[in-house]
Amino acid sequence: MTDAPDRRRFLECMAWAGTGVLWTVSGGVAASVSLDQALAAPARGKVKPFTFLQVSDSHIGFAKPANPDARATYREAVAKINAMPDKPDFIIHTGDVSQLSKDVEFDDADQILGEAGITTFHVPGEHDMLDEGQGKAFLDRYGKGSLGDGWYSFDHSGVHFVALINVKQLNAGGSGHLGDDQIGWLKSDLAGRSASQPIVVFTHVPLWALYPQWGWGTDDAEPAMALLRRFGSVTVLNGHIHQVQQKVEGNVTFHTARSTAFPQPAPGTPGASPGPMKVAAEQLRPSLGIRTVHVVNGAQPLALIDTPLA
Amino acid sequence: MFKLFASGLGGVVLATALTARAAPAPVTIKIDNFTFAPPALVIPAGTTVTWVNEDDVPHTAVADDHKTFRSKPMDTEDKYTFTFATPGVYPYFCSIHPHMTAKIIVKAS
Repeated sequence: MTDAPDRRRFLECMAWAGTGVLWTVSGGVAASVSLDQALAAPARGKVKPFTFLQVSDSHIGFAKPANPDARATYREAVAKINAMPDKPDFIIHTGDVSQLSKDVEFDDADQILGEAGITTFHVPGEHDMLDEGQGKAFLDRYGKGSLGDGWYSFDHSGVHFVALINVKQLNAGGSGHLGDDQIGWLKSDLAGRSASQPIVVFTHVPLWALYPQWGWGTDDAEPAMALLRRFGSVTVLNGHIHQVQQKVEGNVTFHTARSTAFPQPAPGTPGASPGPMKVAAEQLRPSLGIRTVHVVNGAQPLALIDTPLA
Repeated sequence: MFKLFASGLGGVVLATALTARAAPAPVTIKIDNFTFAPPALVIPAGTTVTWVNEDDVPHTAVADDHKTFRSKPMDTEDKYTFTFATPGVYPYFCSIHPHMTAKIIVKAS
């Protein structure tokens, strides 16, 4: 797979386990979802087309029945990245890099993803906050230049990217939490920006109340969303729930990503809990996701690969 | 306190009785399927409670005030123990999965 793959080989490679979601930004509309939606997306042209990749919930160190070797599936995900004929400009990892915030887990995750040789931006998941310092190990490693509990933003080819932390200091009975300090920072970060600038927000726990009974939401998302609604294109990417879910709310689209480690039940599945879901061995990799979007040409509709593996 | 009792004749018997009362039978709380069981535990003061995680993901047991007691992350089969000396109601949660809540009601012994 190190040789330049032809398209057929590429498609075969994409039909593997644990790949991230390849997001395409063209004119500010980050699209993944379905070919119908991709084709229906309005053509816009101010922003230079580019691609980036999202990986999530690698849970390095997880070795339970739902996936005895989360390192192996992460390697497979990275192999897919390496097999892509068009390299994404960068990768975002939307958290739960590790299972237990151990140095060896972060080390291995870095070694594995490092094989892609692509700049990666991180936000922590709750599993990355389990060290003595409650997130210090993660921040020391990935949070250089970040503010507060690790939030930051950057611009890329006309798009403004905002990394939000919603796994710090969680409260009893609640879900994800941003905190007043971070929301205050977000307000200043967005102030003065043109409403026509596309915004991509990435965080770990869903920002919308996807299923609060399982903690799948963010308690104080509303003040953050109030700051974002004036923008014409806002895309919110997250992990945490290990499955693809989407929601559209005005100009804001929310997308959750699959894990590279193990699947979780659909929200509210009777008798289930928001933890690892064991599936038959041959179903593991299909469960880890195959929804990938690849930009053929910035001026053309997206080529979207959404094929079950088995 | 024991010294005081032990200083008098018969104090040894009384002290023994108090010691027995001060150490009620320990209690175990199971964490399974993202649930603390039992969700509301009533115990006499002085009871030692041990949480054991039977899930395949880490959990914690943390007092709602984040201070009274706070376990480290418990991976599968890991345990955390805390002795409740003072009567009162102690709501707690899993700080990793905060929708997981429960409480301990400590009665005067």
